[in-house]
Amino acid sequence: MLIFEQSRAGRRAHVQAPAQAAAVADIPENLLRGGRPLLPEASEMQVVRHFTRLSQKNFSIDTQFYPLGSCTMKYNPRACNTLAMLPGFLARHPLAPESMGQGFLACMFELQEMLKDVTGMPAVSLTPAAGAQGEFTGVAMIRAYHDANGDTERNEILVPDAAHGTNPATATMCGYQVHEIPTGKDGDVDVEALRAAVGPHTAGIMLTNPSTLGVFDRRIEEIAAIIHEAGGLLYYDGANLNAILGKVRPGDMGFDVIHMNLHKTFSTPHGGGGPGAGPVGVSKRLEPYLPVPVVGLDGDEYYWITEAVRPQSIGRLSTFMGNAGVLMRAYIYARMLGSEGMHRVADFATLNANYLMARLTAAGFDVAYPGRRATHEFIVTLKRQKDELGITAMDFAKRLLDYNMHAPTTYFPLLVPECLLIEPTETESKEDLDAFVDAMVKIQKEAETTPDLLREAPHTLPVRRLDEVRAAKQLDLVWSGTVD
Amino acid sequence: MSNIPVDLKYAKTHEWVRMNDDGSVTVGISDSAQDQLGDMVFIEVPEAGQSVAAAEACAVVESVKAASDVYAPIAGEIVEVNAGLADSPETVNTDVYGEGWIFRMTPTDKAELDGLMDAETYESFLASEDH
Repeated sequence: MLIFEQSRAGRRAHVQAPAQAAAVADIPENLLRGGRPLLPEASEMQVVRHFTRLSQKNFSIDTQFYPLGSCTMKYNPRACNTLAMLPGFLARHPLAPESMGQGFLACMFELQEMLKDVTGMPAVSLTPAAGAQGEFTGVAMIRAYHDANGDTERNEILVPDAAHGTNPATATMCGYQVHEIPTGKDGDVDVEALRAAVGPHTAGIMLTNPSTLGVFDRRIEEIAAIIHEAGGLLYYDGANLNAILGKVRPGDMGFDVIHMNLHKTFSTPHGGGGPGAGPVGVSKRLEPYLPVPVVGLDGDEYYWITEAVRPQSIGRLSTFMGNAGVLMRAYIYARMLGSEGMHRVADFATLNANYLMARLTAAGFDVAYPGRRATHEFIVTLKRQKDELGITAMDFAKRLLDYNMHAPTTYFPLLVPECLLIEPTETESKEDLDAFVDAMVKIQKEAETTPDLLREAPHTLPVRRLDEVRAAKQLDLVWSGTVD
Repeated sequence: MSNIPVDLKYAKTHEWVRMNDDGSVTVGISDSAQDQLGDMVFIEVPEAGQSVAAAEACAVVESVKAASDVYAPIAGEIVEVNAGLADSPETVNTDVYGEGWIFRMTPTDKAELDGLMDAETYESFLASEDH
């Protein structure tokens, strides 16, 4: 039942939350609304119950195993949230003078230093307000670099076909043509095809390593050499940084620019449209183009580095310095882990994925790249089940919900038919991993004996199997009832 | 096993090509491609009169799983598009080699058609693409 449908005229709850009078006296009369807004009228108890019930219908990392691959959905320790909410951080005004924000600036400076250290990039800017903005920033800097060198014929960005869809979108937004590079049979970039594709038009390549196929590209140094020899730059998509945190550094692999999705790797809130943070790291030659402001340190005073010192900067991405509260959470997470903890994140993320892959293989499932070690994620292909039993990856995914587990990513990457992209992350226990394998084995048995159980799944949730075609074509989110 | 009519030619990017009597060619996506993509929800067709290069992305098929580019199998000019797909994209699922055609084009160089695969070659190409 919608909250609107529970509405009764005149029912109020405002006495429990004393309102402070807002100073809105200066709004011109002709801009003020005449009638009351059409809002539900309900008691506090009704509202609490309504939204608590809604939240209980949801699957989340706090309540269920959540092995979504390609977009690390890991647990965010509560302490990150608690400490970032300390009044000194929370109430800081973005226009407060530097002298009054030395504690906050020190945290941001140290976060820059830690991200530099863990990625091997000589300079970092924290200001991009989301992963997507980080990507845009990265490619905008590549363009600024070529432009500054008078190298204006470079109009093409190379993107492997295994990439996230955001990569070609970003290149297009920055005015580049996208040239797709195929993947070899072993899951690595097809280096011969890459060699044939580079030339005087190559501005750069956008690469995710480990890739969305759940493998680490072993020829990355060769790829870097090919691109650099052609005069292009290498862009590292930080989507899968969690797998290599503190183990291998993109800077050492030859990358010129990286964006980091703090929500994937550094334990900040995920998705929902923001607020987010997508810091960028760059090599020495791209440092002049970094977006401002960046935190600097002069003696023992922290200060904002602005356009005055960085005239070649691509500029500002928002009014202030990015999403301070999100960056604080990442800083606290990194400080709690320390250098040793960073290594353990990668160790356990990779160990958990390989454990699951080994157990599912032993249980008879087909993995997409059986000869390869998994990184933090791996792909199971259910093509055989589809051919032999008429059961699809989506049927498995929906049935997993009945076993009270969130389904892995389905049908991505597009290169592998009937795929499940499974990423358990470092925070799952062996018992939880085993429970997932048990569920998969049970579902496989059901697929063989009672396939309709899968085709009609989920059976236990508030909504059953959705009509995806209708949902896409006739999306209707408008409530058209009336308030009592 | 997917349906691969012998009277058509095929591109590596999974388009089918039918040679018409008037010298134009009709293009759609293969049965294997529509099967992998699943239920179609939206199809963006090119504009009639548009010139396209070989392997240039010129249409988009969007299914419940993914949005994919459709590439011009050869260079030429688009002369007609299947406007009916705007309202019934599912035609690509139900009649992929008939009413599910996407556009018709006149080739710049007919010889380019020889570079496409015949049904038998496309079938083994599909088999080799399987993991």
